[in-house]
Amino acid sequence: MSQSNIMPGFKPALGFTVVYLSLVVLIPLSTLVFNSFQLSWDDYVAIITHKRVLASFRVSFMAALIAAAIASFFGVVVAWVLVRYTFAGKRFFHALIDLPFALPTAVAGIVLATIFQPSGFLGKLLMDTVGVQVAFKPLGIVVALIFISIPFVVRTVEPVLLEFDTSMEEAAASMGASRVQIFSKIIFPNIFPAILTGFALSFARGVGEYGSVIFIAGNIPYVSEVVPLLIVTKLEQYDMEGATAIALSMLVVSFLLLFVINLLQLWARKRSGQL
Amino acid sequence: MSILLSNISKNFGQFSALDHVNLEIPEGELVALLGPSGCGKTTLLRIIAGLERADEGRVLLNGEDVTDEHVRNRGIGFVFQHYALFRHMTVFDNVAFGLRVKPRKLRPSEDQIKEKVHALLNLVQLDWLNHRFPDQLSGGQRQRIALARALAVEPSVLLLDEPFGALDASVRKDLRLWLRHLHHELNVTTIFVTHDQEEAMEVASQIVVLNHGKIEQKGSPSEIYDHPSNDFVSRFIGQTNVFHLEKDDGVWLKSAGMSLDDARGITAHVRPHNIAVVKQSDSVSSPVFLKDWQHLGATIRLELGRDGLNGSGKIIYAEMPNEQFKQLELAKGDKVALFIKHAHWFN
Amino acid sequence: MSAVIQTKNNTKQQAALHDPTWVRTGLIAIALGFIVLFLCLPLGLVLFEAFSKGWTAYWSALTQPDTQAALKLTLLTALVTVPLNTVFGIAAAWAITRFEFKGKSLLTTLIDLPFSVSPVISGVIFVLLFGAQGVFGEWLMAHDVKIIFATPGIILATLFVTFPFVARQLIPLMQEMGNEEEEAALSLGASGWKTFFQITLPNIKWALLYGVLLCNARAMGEFGAVSVVSGHIRGMTNTLPLHVEVSYNDYDVVGAFAGASILAGLAIVTLVLKSLLEWKQSDR
Repeated sequence: MSQSNIMPGFKPALGFTVVYLSLVVLIPLSTLVFNSFQLSWDDYVAIITHKRVLASFRVSFMAALIAAAIASFFGVVVAWVLVRYTFAGKRFFHALIDLPFALPTAVAGIVLATIFQPSGFLGKLLMDTVGVQVAFKPLGIVVALIFISIPFVVRTVEPVLLEFDTSMEEAAASMGASRVQIFSKIIFPNIFPAILTGFALSFARGVGEYGSVIFIAGNIPYVSEVVPLLIVTKLEQYDMEGATAIALSMLVVSFLLLFVINLLQLWARKRSGQL
Repeated sequence: MSILLSNISKNFGQFSALDHVNLEIPEGELVALLGPSGCGKTTLLRIIAGLERADEGRVLLNGEDVTDEHVRNRGIGFVFQHYALFRHMTVFDNVAFGLRVKPRKLRPSEDQIKEKVHALLNLVQLDWLNHRFPDQLSGGQRQRIALARALAVEPSVLLLDEPFGALDASVRKDLRLWLRHLHHELNVTTIFVTHDQEEAMEVASQIVVLNHGKIEQKGSPSEIYDHPSNDFVSRFIGQTNVFHLEKDDGVWLKSAGMSLDDARGITAHVRPHNIAVVKQSDSVSSPVFLKDWQHLGATIRLELGRDGLNGSGKIIYAEMPNEQFKQLELAKGDKVALFIKHAHWFN
Repeated sequence: MSAVIQTKNNTKQQAALHDPTWVRTGLIAIALGFIVLFLCLPLGLVLFEAFSKGWTAYWSALTQPDTQAALKLTLLTALVTVPLNTVFGIAAAWAITRFEFKGKSLLTTLIDLPFSVSPVISGVIFVLLFGAQGVFGEWLMAHDVKIIFATPGIILATLFVTFPFVARQLIPLMQEMGNEEEEAALSLGASGWKTFFQITLPNIKWALLYGVLLCNARAMGEFGAVSVVSGHIRGMTNTLPLHVEVSYNDYDVVGAFAGASILAGLAIVTLVLKSLLEWKQSDR
């Protein structure tokens, strides 16, 4: 208790924090867990192994995985360009990166659906040139999730690149390394933990994403129906058990992901010698 | 104001930072708390200030028990290691802060505050910076502003945590003398923490040497230097050569003119300036030769090599005035004879 | 000779930090192409669609009662949730960064919890608590208190999803700041409140505003959680994002995008302020 003696306000601050946290977050969240106790194990398994549920998990996970991978690649390029190069309008583009954080998901959803629907600006273009339909297909989900994922990757990689000690690059160059070698042997290993964290954050967010997805997905059961939508559908059918069971499974998955992300960050800090 | 610490203990988890420390500091002294990092000196200072609470023991300021008193009621001035200047306030507002937060009844008028702040800024010779923000100041300037701010509330005790730690060597030199003079002028009981023994010797009127949460010795700089009370203090203050009687050093010490009959311990600590060096001709066998030497300004430090009995070379340091060294006309590799003038004995 | 080596070294160093022009242009093109395609285009399209039938259609879509009601509900929600979560954020950051206590890291993790919960689940948990079949369902029914499919439910769900924003901005900053300045103020005789308002608050104000800004953007824009608890009653429990959804599903394109344009405007204001604040913070 080294600081607690002198700084004022410990008890009220901590008291308020704990009470408010319990009321707003912990008690509501635990309801989900307690409610699911009313289900027998067999019922639970029956619900979550139902074909439609499994299909929705597959759709959510696959789409989130692919989107996170694509966003990671472009995110690194964007972060690199924003940190290392100067060009006109850089500030503007820099500010725009956070748009997916700031733009309500419903707005993103209807806009992306409008752009990529078969009669839409890009939808028509893609249809006519390569014959690919994006909206109302699983591919549409991937597109929406890429949009959501951009800031996660850019904002985790960017600070690492900013703090990157360029004298390491100079040292490598002085020893005769080529630019490609410098990137693959010096820069990439240093930003890799950040990329991985950004990827995991995108993935975690993508699995649970609802608003931006439902407009573009088409929501065809077994094909392009995501887990959150299935929960809402169950709820609308007053199937509380179904909704509870699926929601709990998703919550568990989210926490596992959170745990993995924390491990990744710990690993990254260890690697860079901050621990 | 006098300070009395009785039986102060403080633990951080398993780690014992202070172990039953007793200390009395008379009014008007300029005291250095000296010790290696982690010895508990900063913790002790913070306990005196009331920034930290001791697990055990009492703190008395001017005979009054203030152990349970909050820092804001203790009437101390504290200068933080990194100054803790309020970044969003100008220099003037920083110094005025302590006056402006006084309860309304005790608070001076804005005119009085103005007068007082300018007087303090003049005292630290930085009134011309009063509109600047802390970020626009150099390290030494920040240090002096922090001091002015602490003095604004007219503290009866001034406490400084590593006051010169973050400064350049040359600025540090100037500020040391300046602090000494300021203390003369104000005569406020002052305690500062430092890990630099040279700094403690130069500035303080009293030095308290701490190690592993215990006080090793307390005294004036000359007492500490000339009569170190134990092995730790002797090694920590100034440079010293250590010889072990139980090893092969005994024979050699005798040859260097030490009478071992009145040895009061098993290790002899010899300050470099207590070793006299004489040039030997090549014909005389002497195990000691001049390995290297360094120019320290007014004195020369000689690095003397000695071939041990088991072949283990050992370096002995000796110091002598510049002039004397010139007269000896020594070159590297020359054989020399030593004469030890004085040693401290420890077990 | 040495001069030759010197210049050689120099070009080598230059090459070490500067990519060839074709690489630079290529990467910039990829990055900007990506940003334009995924970010600029959607933003531009909102305005394009909103005004596709002209200014009058846009204006009448905005002024119709359902839109107005949705806008009011959205503002009300933000007005209640943002201050509550701000006070919480400050209290939590104070407790966590200024004191040592058992379970501190657990508390820090728990505060972040809502970020890792799917928005839909954030709504479901309140339905399970307060819905007709929920834990308090019967009691609420008997006492004629409506939470789900009513404003309180919307506020609760929004409180949940925006819960960590302010705390999350403040905790790392206050951690990094340390408490030396506050200790200095206390040692100079300042009271706890004076220390907080005159020392702590000025130091954290930009991060605090930043957190409030993000919290507000999410509070006004939340869709998933609110959609679950709202019941979509037009003119009653539709927030602006829900109103956008309903209009879109009714093929009322102008109506949907008119509503969306307000939210997009909010997003732009948020981004501009955010950039300004980042600029301010880095200035410190």
